[in-house]
Amino acid sequence: MERKVVFPQKLLPYLLLAPQIAITLVFFFWPAGQAIWMSTLLQDPLGFSVQFVGLENFQAVLQDPAYLATMQRTFLFSFGVTALSMIPALLLAVMADRVVRGATAYKTILVIPYAIAPAVAGALWLFLFQPSIGTIAYPLRLIGIDWNPRIDGTDAMIVVLIASAWKQIGYNFLFFLAGLQSIPKSLIEAAAIDGAREIRRFWTIVFPLLSPTTFFLLVVNLTYAFFDTFGVIHAVTQGGPGKSTEVLIYKAWYDGLIAQDLGRSSAQAVILMFIVIGLTVIQFRYIERKVHY
Amino acid sequence: MAELSLSRVRKVYPGGVEAVKDIDIAIPDGALCVLVGPSGCGKSTLLRMIAGLETITEGDCRIGAGRVNDLDPSDRDIAMVFQNYALYPHMTVYDNMAYGLRNRGTPKDEIEARVQEAARILEISPFLDRKPRALSGGQRQRVAMGRAIVRKPQVFLFDEPLSNLDAKLRIQMRVEIKKLQRALGVTSVYVTHDQLEAMTLADILVVMSKGHVEQQGSPLDLYEKPASTFVASFIGAPPMNLIPVGAGENGPQAAGLTGGRGLAIPPGGATLGVRPEHLMVVAGPVPDDSLGITFPVSAVEAVGAETFVYGPIGGNGQEIIARLPGKALLAPGTPVSVAATAEHLHLFDSQTGKRLGQ
Repeated sequence: MERKVVFPQKLLPYLLLAPQIAITLVFFFWPAGQAIWMSTLLQDPLGFSVQFVGLENFQAVLQDPAYLATMQRTFLFSFGVTALSMIPALLLAVMADRVVRGATAYKTILVIPYAIAPAVAGALWLFLFQPSIGTIAYPLRLIGIDWNPRIDGTDAMIVVLIASAWKQIGYNFLFFLAGLQSIPKSLIEAAAIDGAREIRRFWTIVFPLLSPTTFFLLVVNLTYAFFDTFGVIHAVTQGGPGKSTEVLIYKAWYDGLIAQDLGRSSAQAVILMFIVIGLTVIQFRYIERKVHY
Repeated sequence: MAELSLSRVRKVYPGGVEAVKDIDIAIPDGALCVLVGPSGCGKSTLLRMIAGLETITEGDCRIGAGRVNDLDPSDRDIAMVFQNYALYPHMTVYDNMAYGLRNRGTPKDEIEARVQEAARILEISPFLDRKPRALSGGQRQRVAMGRAIVRKPQVFLFDEPLSNLDAKLRIQMRVEIKKLQRALGVTSVYVTHDQLEAMTLADILVVMSKGHVEQQGSPLDLYEKPASTFVASFIGAPPMNLIPVGAGENGPQAAGLTGGRGLAIPPGGATLGVRPEHLMVVAGPVPDDSLGITFPVSAVEAVGAETFVYGPIGGNGQEIIARLPGKALLAPGTPVSVAATAEHLHLFDSQTGKRLGQ
């Protein structure tokens, strides 16, 4: 039934696409290409000697126990952030879907965290968990929980997890809410008449019908956790204490710009890129097929 | 199986809009009641109130002996067929039909038996493994029916179930719904805006307008004795001719009209009604108690078995439609005289539209 619309202009479509293509080229393909090129080079910190070493950087990185520990930590962290941001968002969206009065105000308040810069969000949580005066840390200490992200690696990890997830909840909330509202009301009513109570309706009808949204958010949130949490971590813990909150993106930055080992840093960046590309491909290939009914 | 009764049922929305006003309907066990009316008349709201999808502001809704006002839809033992079918898109046809039984903890082998039986009756057995999107409109409609009948509920509710089908399929499904409802003997409420569907299906026909019941009764009663001009013009196609008339010495007085002696027209005038199918072409004088109408033919629609003839009378936009059997050879512009016998004439109050006399 769909008729293809044909525009006679040859040039206009390209002109319209040009800005987006330019941005992608300049900010993604160019640096990605450079990273791949640099990952095959060995150079001294001041850039006086450059030597082509093939895949040696990759070999070194992948054999480094510190790197492998970081990778493991990153996966835990990323799936943790994804779960911690998606589950509360879904819960809030289900609640908001039932609100009739004041829905807009409610939505606005929930979305605000998304508009906060990562560093600011990080600082906010840093203050809340500041061991001696933090709004959350202080009462916790009063009830006997000694919460100190400055000393304890697990405590620190929990703080960056919460801070990273919190920022993303508003975004997930919006998509879940839109997803919920696009489910025809008559389906819910039919299920109610079919004898399914609220919770059963949710798991047998609403949740399966929401799966395209859930899938989309899964991809977006994992990508976010892998790449965009740098700001939060940098503001809250700088990867510490020790290396307990260092994730791949943070290590790549640290090794390259602080430790001045550009070759290995680039190799890490390339590996990270392929991990995310791989995850996305797996998700689209195997999961997407099941969610579009 | 149970009778369904609504007594003094009202629905007032927050904000004060009264969608359903003081409705009394009693449907005996196994009967099919059709709610018909134009859009916005409250018929769907009323159905949803019976289903429990809308709260009842006032009055009682009873299924069998029990008052169900405060029961959840799931506890009312009803099944509903939705206009858009509301099939669960992520489930197979089998699962769609089994869903309600599973929710109620029916044993597995009984679910299997009931679904297979319903599929056999509705001739959808070959499609049990398919998802709804792989079905045609008519097949989806059958699945929606199947989902309702496997449950063996006390009451079936139909919310314009045929309005998404094409004309031919609609007639076919209409007949099947009627047969199925008879065979199962389940008390049913059926909402439609199509008066022909309403006439053919109903045991009890309820015509609604602006939230209240205009008239209820058997379809033929409503056809023969419409209680108001609203019912008169809603039931029957083409609609009844309604002509404002004055009180003359021997009967109605209006341009183009003759005869009608014996009709008691109030001094202030009335609305005279006559169905298009009761008008016959006459040559020569019309008996005094019959009503004669003479008008110039403005349009002729020949549909084969019958012919619709249109023309103006009185010069103020009043139009007459006559439904003549066979092929009436009338040329536009020529005058024609038609007449209806006394028993086919209806009188309505010109102010309230209510039926006068008889």
